[in-house]
Amino acid sequence: MKLITAVIKPFKLDEVREALGEIGVSGVTVTEVKGFGRQKGHTELYRGAEYVVDFLPKVKVEVALNDEMVESAVEAITKAAATGKIGDGKIFISQLDDAIRIRTGETGSDAI
Amino acid sequence: MNEIFELQYALDTFYFLICGALVMWMAAGFSMLEAGLVRSKNTTEILTKNIALYAVACTMYMICGYSIMYGGGDFTMFLDGIVGDGATGMEEPATYAPSADFYFQVVFVATAMSIVSGAVAERMKLWAFLAFAVVLTGFIYPMEGAWTWGGASVFGMYTLGDLGFSDFAGSGIVHMAGASAALAGVILLGARKGKYGTDGSINAIPGANLPMATLGTFILWMGWFGFNGGSVLATASVESANSVAVVFMNTNAAASGGLIAALIIAKVLFGKADLTMALNGALAGLVAITAEPSTPTALQATLFGGMGGILVVFSILALDKMKIDDPVGAISVHGVVGLLGLLLVPFTNDAASFSGQLIGAATIFVWVFGTSYIVWSILKAIMGIRVSAEEEFEGVDVSECGMEAYPEFTSSKS
Repeated sequence: MKLITAVIKPFKLDEVREALGEIGVSGVTVTEVKGFGRQKGHTELYRGAEYVVDFLPKVKVEVALNDEMVESAVEAITKAAATGKIGDGKIFISQLDDAIRIRTGETGSDAI
Repeated sequence: MNEIFELQYALDTFYFLICGALVMWMAAGFSMLEAGLVRSKNTTEILTKNIALYAVACTMYMICGYSIMYGGGDFTMFLDGIVGDGATGMEEPATYAPSADFYFQVVFVATAMSIVSGAVAERMKLWAFLAFAVVLTGFIYPMEGAWTWGGASVFGMYTLGDLGFSDFAGSGIVHMAGASAALAGVILLGARKGKYGTDGSINAIPGANLPMATLGTFILWMGWFGFNGGSVLATASVESANSVAVVFMNTNAAASGGLIAALIIAKVLFGKADLTMALNGALAGLVAITAEPSTPTALQATLFGGMGGILVVFSILALDKMKIDDPVGAISVHGVVGLLGLLLVPFTNDAASFSGQLIGAATIFVWVFGTSYIVWSILKAIMGIRVSAEEEFEGVDVSECGMEAYPEFTSSKS
């Protein structure tokens, strides 16, 4: 099992959700987050004085998947979240040791 | 007494009261504007200051302010001289109820004091501010009010009215006076921590709630119809009704001109439409026309307002360069543009002269700035006027008022 953590542009969330739904992903967790990448935020003017927006708003999408789904999920997210411009975000994939469905007590693949 | 006079008396009194209520509502406008332009951690405190200063102003003006300003030689405390019936109860019959006159005048005092609260926001101690409010509304403002609208001579030296000074609704008497007191306070108080870097950089401290600031500006714009319109002092004749209508039209035109000018200037200077500058622009237009809203044409009023709108943007930038930290732009809007308003009067009103306007402006500024500086200094020595650096960082809501405006992680003690 793998945990996919995708940090994407907020306005792409609906498209990513739909794309994941189409390939059969049954659940995701979404968090509003802030962060920076290689551009290190950007500057704005307020009443003529500059201020730096260090952390840009992003959306973090977490999906737990069985191994065979990972490739198609990454493809779906990449396709749906891409604009071609800077700040499109990143996808991280990590090993997932176990999963438990709280209501039934099922574990592992059955719980996903 | 004939029925026509009774009707005029009733109508003028009613008009006075309604205009006074509109000006009272400007206190709400200042509250929202200031609460919107400070950071959310300083919201409760700025609201407390605003509503408390209104009550202090009303009380102090009742105790002694009104009598200092309009009593002439007969000084009485607690409005002792005020009678219920202005038509038959007084030596010189008035065309409106004396208590309506007090009510209309008292809300102007509160306006002058409201200007101060925005400029010293986010770092001044609440109780030092209120102590200052007592002196400004009970003594400093009534003194200069006596020399101008009250017709008294300045310490027996000269009389402004004879020199050709004219300030219809108070660009100088109310707005520039409030800004002068604010400037003295800001100089002694210092800038907010983090506003100016040691390397000379000017940092932005964005306001927390622009919908609130915009609502506040709309409320002020509306209240200003009472501020300027009521200053005609009558509406129950064809002549005065016409004058009132012109004043309403010009007040509205000037605010529009000010907003458009400031919005465009901000776009040109900064590349984007800065809403807060546009809001300041509308208020600058209003302040610019306040000294004489009855004689310009609608086009002149729009242009005068536009000049205010342009001037206010450059004034805000200039004050920042001088490290005079004014979170809401009050000193620029009411002080710098208030002076502009005074100087524009002679262009459309032959009764006013430039020299008279300059002497009047200098008198008001020297008196209000000087006495305010002394009072702020005394308060600074006795109780301190600035919160500690830690309190400032945490926000004055908690240190001064013990409550946040938007509490999120609280639970009741069980």
